[in-house]
Amino acid sequence: MTPSLTDHLLTADGVTVRFGGLVALKDVHITVPPGSVVGLIGPNGAGKTTLFNVLSGLITPDTGTISSKGHRLSGLRPYHLANHGISRTLQGLNLFPGMTVLDNVMTGGERLAKTGLFTMLTGLGRFERDERALRGRAMAVLDELGIAHVAGAYPSTLAYGVQKRVALARALVNEPELLMLDEPAGGLSSEELAELATRIRDLRERMSVLLIEHHMDLVMDVCDHIVVLNFGAVISEGPPDVVRNDPAVTAAYLGSAEESDDE
Amino acid sequence: MDYFTNLTLNGVAEGAIYAALALSLIIIYQATRVVNFAQPALALIAAYIALTVTTASGSYWLGFAAALVSGLLMGSVTERLLIRPVQKTSQLSAIIITLGLLLLLQGVAGMIWSNEPHSFSYPMDFEGRFSPADIFGVAAVLGTAMLLFALYRWTPLGLRMRAAAAHPEMARMLGVRVGLMLTLGWGIATVVGALAGMLAAPPFVYPNVLDSVFVYGLAAAVIGGLDNPFGSLLGGFILGISLSFVSGYLGPELMPLAALIILILVLSVRPDGLFTRPKARKV
Repeated sequence: MTPSLTDHLLTADGVTVRFGGLVALKDVHITVPPGSVVGLIGPNGAGKTTLFNVLSGLITPDTGTISSKGHRLSGLRPYHLANHGISRTLQGLNLFPGMTVLDNVMTGGERLAKTGLFTMLTGLGRFERDERALRGRAMAVLDELGIAHVAGAYPSTLAYGVQKRVALARALVNEPELLMLDEPAGGLSSEELAELATRIRDLRERMSVLLIEHHMDLVMDVCDHIVVLNFGAVISEGPPDVVRNDPAVTAAYLGSAEESDDE
Repeated sequence: MDYFTNLTLNGVAEGAIYAALALSLIIIYQATRVVNFAQPALALIAAYIALTVTTASGSYWLGFAAALVSGLLMGSVTERLLIRPVQKTSQLSAIIITLGLLLLLQGVAGMIWSNEPHSFSYPMDFEGRFSPADIFGVAAVLGTAMLLFALYRWTPLGLRMRAAAAHPEMARMLGVRVGLMLTLGWGIATVVGALAGMLAAPPFVYPNVLDSVFVYGLAAAVIGGLDNPFGSLLGGFILGISLSFVSGYLGPELMPLAALIILILVLSVRPDGLFTRPKARKV
């Protein structure tokens, strides 16, 4: 099946971002169709995270539009994105310190607990039901990721790989249609990497994934489509085989090989 | 021994007021990292509104409710109109704005209600050892603290408020309306401050009536640890009881001095407050 344009979970069209004199993104076009894993790669400083920040409403582009399933997203506040079925993780962990793993994950469940402020302050009955449903949902996601046993622990007491899974669980508790992952493999061991690849392939059954990642093996392994950015512009895109053999990509990476090899 | 018991009970009753003020400071500090120096002035206006409503209606409790509601409104409006616009530039500007608001509101209170003390009636007997008024004060503060604990710990709203305070950027991306949570936090904190004002003001209310109480409340918050609501409650009671002993055995004129000495002692031994776990250094 070929999905029509209005089915695309996320479309960025002609996005340009300038920071003062620096052009961070130049006329970037990217789409994420349903049921796909799209990889976003490029050397350090290519504009990958800037693009993610534009897509999630943290940065307003100078020109260009962002839309989801035919609805324009540009100009929406970041907190509206959750209601469009889009969730993302940030580089690193960004867990809430001083909150248990379960509380951290429950924070991601905004869309499920759509209680209005008025109800929250007055209608205790409804309130409690939402809270319980959210708690159950959060536990189910923790269980799915194999970390239900640490639900009551504080993130800082856990191993890095486990904390990464907590961050993933928080992004998943919303049952998003599109999951944006910013460097999910950073700092993981080789076993954890293999597990992550399996997990992304499993998630593809129920949602689309947009992935920023430096780890080439993982990207080539799980992605259906890869977009390569360099100096803020798309220099190549296509299925993994095509991108792998594109001389422009090799040149971009070789040209900055000394900085990009940071692990 | 009887004297000792009296002083302890008096200290508990006074301590409840310090604890409430400390709590109102901490709620705001945790949400926006601002020490709200305008808190006593906001509580003062709330108390004057209560006085006006009580005088007009004849009901103390109607006035009491009016104080709490006006606290919610004043706190929210302060955050939205005065604090939010400057917060992005620097934390210090926000703190200076709260200082300015303190002076402004105390002046305005004097203009509207005059600088002369008004007698502030109390529906309960407040004579003697652990009077009904004292019992009401302690119960109201502890009850409020428990309500707040339940709100923050067990409700989705509380979860969002904590998330917004801990990591605003991430919370926003998860769909939390961070700005609204901060406004609400200021509103709730000011309700608690208004409660403290209602307990502290009688038997007279005048523009500077809450000044010394505020200094003790701030000291209690720092003693308990600015990052720890339970600590601030305990800090309030500890300070209340200690100052009551100082006042009873050494003389009431030494109370402000004693409060500062306690503050300095605590800070030199535990700079983050008595009940805050020392922070692990980030690597």
